[in-house]
Amino acid sequence: MHRFASPARFLRLAGAVQPWLAGGTLVLMALGLYLALFDSPPDYQQGESVRIMYIHVPAAWMALFVYACIAVASASLLVWRHPLAGLFAKASAPIGAGFTFLALVTGSLWGKPMWGTWWVWDARLTSVLILFFLYLGLIALTNAFESPERGQRASAVLALVGSVNLPIIKFSVDWWNTLHQPASITRMGTPAIDPSMLWPLFSMAIAFTLYYFWVVIVRVRGELIEARLRALTRLQTEGR
Amino acid sequence: MGSLDDFLAMGGYAVYVWPAYLLAAIVLIGLFAVSRAELRRRERHLQALERSRGAAGHRRRRGGDAR
Repeated sequence: MHRFASPARFLRLAGAVQPWLAGGTLVLMALGLYLALFDSPPDYQQGESVRIMYIHVPAAWMALFVYACIAVASASLLVWRHPLAGLFAKASAPIGAGFTFLALVTGSLWGKPMWGTWWVWDARLTSVLILFFLYLGLIALTNAFESPERGQRASAVLALVGSVNLPIIKFSVDWWNTLHQPASITRMGTPAIDPSMLWPLFSMAIAFTLYYFWVVIVRVRGELIEARLRALTRLQTEGR
Repeated sequence: MGSLDDFLAMGGYAVYVWPAYLLAAIVLIGLFAVSRAELRRRERHLQALERSRGAAGHRRRRGGDAR
């Protein structure tokens, strides 16, 4: 019974929070876009190109955050064999890949006018590219097995091994010489950024976070139905 | 209309700024649309399957909900 009780509880909770997540995403996204495109000043060095930051930085944060969520879910799948954890990790991977792709491409679009190049093989950019390939690897591995449980376990192992990449990405700008600027929000003391730029950044970041939980709920619901479909068809073929 | 042109020009960075926002919109809307279409498709499939099983197909689900 326990195996079924917990997805049932998840579905009840998901049904209750999903409209709030959807509404919150849309409102904060609208606010973030308004602040980012109309209400924030151009940068005194970078001019209007600084507006790429309001997509790039939240997308890069999400790339790391979604991976961290997958790593936690993978650990609880492997340790406690919680069935929802595997579905949550599976549902999260394409969203994380999407955010990582956005971070890479918007970074490239920002790098061209500011650094004079679309791409450099430095520590930050390369480690984020590896993160993108890790996401693709997780998606491929999850679907590579006949049994979905085996696929989820294999991909959980890869997710945990790959999580060493997270601190490498975070500290790459401090450990190695790079074109990429170091963190300006989370550095000790006051952030090195004006509030007029901080607000659009935080609005977009929260909007992206709510978006992630909204879409992951939609995807987990789909996965739960898929699992039920598989059980039903198995029952039917055995019944004959 | 001068101010709209200024806005769209993005201080000369239009070719970098607008593709970034456009791409973000495409990726986020696309991911959501694909996820929801997949959910709807599976829901329809499940309904059809449960109908075809008919009254004989007692629902195991109820036992789980009662907990």
